This record gives sequence, structure tokens and C-alpha cells, in this order.
Amino acid sequence: MKEEDLPQDKSALEKMTREICYVKNSDGKYTTGLSTGWDVKKDALDNAWEDIQERTEAARIAVKNGEKSPVFYFMELRIMDFQVLSGYTGFWKFTIKRHLKPNVFQSLSDEKLKRYAKAFDVSVEELKKFKG
Amino acid sequence: MEKEFKHIQTAHCENGVATSLLKYHGLHFMTEPLVFGIGSGLFYLHIPFLSINNGPAITYRSMPGWIFSRACKALGVKVTRKKFSNEEQAAAFLDQKVKEGVPVGCQVGVFNLPYFPPEYRFHFNAHNLIVYGKEKNNYLVSDPVMETVTTLSEEDMLRVRFAKGPLAPKGHIYFPEHVQPVSDEVLKKGIIKGIKRTTYHMLHIPGNIGGVAGIKYTAKQIRKWPQKLGARKAGLYLGQIVRMQEEIGTGGGGFRFLFAAFLEQASVILKNNELLEISEEFTKAGDLWRASAVNMGRIYKGRLKEQKDYDACAAMLDQISDIEKNAFLRLEKMKF
Repeated sequence: MKEEDLPQDKSALEKMTREICYVKNSDGKYTTGLSTGWDVKKDALDNAWEDIQERTEAARIAVKNGEKSPVFYFMELRIMDFQVLSGYTGFWKFTIKRHLKPNVFQSLSDEKLKRYAKAFDVSVEELKKFKG
Repeated sequence: MEKEFKHIQTAHCENGVATSLLKYHGLHFMTEPLVFGIGSGLFYLHIPFLSINNGPAITYRSMPGWIFSRACKALGVKVTRKKFSNEEQAAAFLDQKVKEGVPVGCQVGVFNLPYFPPEYRFHFNAHNLIVYGKEKNNYLVSDPVMETVTTLSEEDMLRVRFAKGPLAPKGHIYFPEHVQPVSDEVLKKGIIKGIKRTTYHMLHIPGNIGGVAGIKYTAKQIRKWPQKLGARKAGLYLGQIVRMQEEIGTGGGGFRFLFAAFLEQASVILKNNELLEISEEFTKAGDLWRASAVNMGRIYKGRLKEQKDYDACAAMLDQISDIEKNAFLRLEKMKF
């Protein structure tokens, strides 16, 4: 990539920094250039977030319809998978899967709910009361 | 004794921590491409049947932590590493290092990193930054991907150092010790070793999912995606490829430009003109990776959606694989 071809598109990065890219200068030697962003990857990131929002919305509806417990919703909201949530809570994957069932969730002790609440960065009340 | 720490911005966080810390300890010739090359940072791997963030598991670089370890080993620099099971001990150790005036590298998760924009906060746990001081309750932080230095509160620091999930940092802290001047001889040897190891990884990793063969494997998968996954999911998968390849931290073109810059510097240090020619080949590969990203972008933007459009993306990856294969074969035959 030539220095003058380095894209300078708007992106979420502008809140933080410009990024370094390795580019060729006019003498054909490598140098670094700063870029504010590139539309091609911004579109990819936007799509990924759109997908996350759709999944979260689907999870909210599933909780509302009584098909899933609030754990499912907050998992999607915090873009966690089983491995990540398992890391934060210390529960095994199959235990978490069980806790996604509304009736099992109902019977969880406060101590267990606290572990989820901490992982999701919400209060136990918020977690318990979430109805979708 | 008082050496002043200087913030250096780099494309990739691990290279950056390595470059800054080695420069701080007197190895002024260090550059990001040299660290990346000596540490054999370039790689390609497509892990089948595994999905990360609901997309394909593809990487353009070697395992987190290895670049720094390999580069230091080649230069005869000893790295001390520590992980913790206890958060208080982790905080106390960092404070002690700060008090001693030693800048240290810390592995962190980005999900709770306050200065990252929300759009970039995924559960990615192999980010690296340098802590070089403390003012009141705030750590002075040099994050290599940032243009300037920043700070983190004690609470935030502990949170990101103890992020959980895959590659959990567990308070991981590391710093070079007893850094001796590096002779030209050692540097040259390190560069040659880096080139040979990268070549080996890209050409001879067993199986068909790693190295230049891995790029073809991805191409093969892409041809199947529209049928197998449907248009929407296939588009998201392509988007994930582009993000892994081009997002902040790669230097552009899936680290290929960074590797080309390394070969350019290596050609000067080793006085070898052929390396410069091969560097051009990797620039070409990097440019093609960028062009392939543009192509994929047309699909996930919804402008293209036919099977032949996916085939075109795949054909480009096949072409890239061939170019890189030929370039590495030249490197393999080279006498140093």
C-alpha cells in the first residue's frame, strides 16, 4: 500500500486514536502512516454489532415468552459465550445451560445469582426482576 | 540509573511493548518490524469447527506472547514473567515494580478497558500495555496502539488484568532483565532464525489448515458458505475475516506489510538484495489481501450476493496463497 492510498475514513476509532499502518513512501521504502479508519472494516464492525443487537433482542423476546431465563439475555447483552461466562462465574458450561431454563433459574440461591450479577455488572435485583 | 520511558506507537500491541521495553533497556536499534520478524510473528491458521464471536476462527499471526519471547530469546534477553491467582498480590507486585521505577508489560482484556471505544470492546484477553508509573491512584499507561499515553485507575487496572475467558491474563506481568548490548552478529543470527522459522511455519505445518495451505483451506470454505450458512451469516463470516485481517493491530493487510517492512530492514542489515525483492512480493500479497477485503466488503454490504461473487473472493485467496508460497520457497532456498 502506498502512503497516499492510506484510507482516512470516519470510524469508531476517532474517539481513541489513529492507527499505525505500514505503507510505502514515494521512494518505495517502508514507513508508517496514521489512519483514522477504513470504510471496508467499519462496515464489517457495524454488521457485527447489528448482529449482536439482533441476538440480544431475540434473547429479550425469549425471556419475555418464558422460554429462557434472564441469564440468556444478559449473556447476549454482554456478548459473552459459555467459555467467557464460565470464566467469570466459575460455573461449568452444562450448569450454565441448565440455568438458562426459567424454572431452574427461579430456584437459584442468592449466592449463585450474585455470581451471575457480578459477571454481568448488574445488581441481583435487576437480574432477578428482568422480564424481557 | 534514571532512564526516561518513552511512549512509542506501533501497529501491534505485543510488538509495541517489546519494542518500547527493549529500547528503554538500551537496545536503541529496535523497531517494530524487527521484533515482529525476529519473533516470527507472521502466520496463518484457520481452525475448523471452532467459531469465535459467531464467526470463523482465523488468525494471521502466531500465538499471543510468543513474538516477545522468541525475539528476546534470540537477542539473549531474559524475560521475567509472573501470573497470579490472587488479585491483591498481583496489584502489590505491580506497585512494587512501579516504585522501583521499572516499566513492565501487562496482559489485559479489552472488554473493560475504559479508553477503548465501546465498539471495540469484545472479550479479547491478549491485549498488552506498559505501566511506567503511578500518580495518586492512577497508573500511567503506555498502550502501544495509542498515539499518546493514558492512565488507568487502580480498580480498572485490576479488572482488565483479571478479565476471564479464553486466554485469561491472570494478572500476567512481564519485563526484560539484565539486558546486555546486542552485537551485530547476534542481531543477524536472530533475523535469519526469524526468517527461517516463519518460512517453516508457513510452508511445512502439517495438515491443510495452517500456513499457505491454510489460506487455500479458507478459500475452499468460502465457496461453501452461501449454500451452507445462507447469505446473512456468510456475510457476517466474511466480515469477521476482514476484521481479523485489517483491524487495528495488524498494520494492514493481515500483518503482511509489517513482514515486508521487516524483510526490507533485514536486507539492509544482512546486505542482501534478494530479501528486498522478496519484500516486494509480500507487499504484493498485502495489497491483494486489502483488495480481497474490498471484495468481501461488497458482499457483506449486500451489493453482491451470487455464488460467483464468493467464488471470486475464494479465487483471490488462492492467488495470495500462491504468491506467498513462492516467496517463502525463495526464502527457504536462500543461503545466508
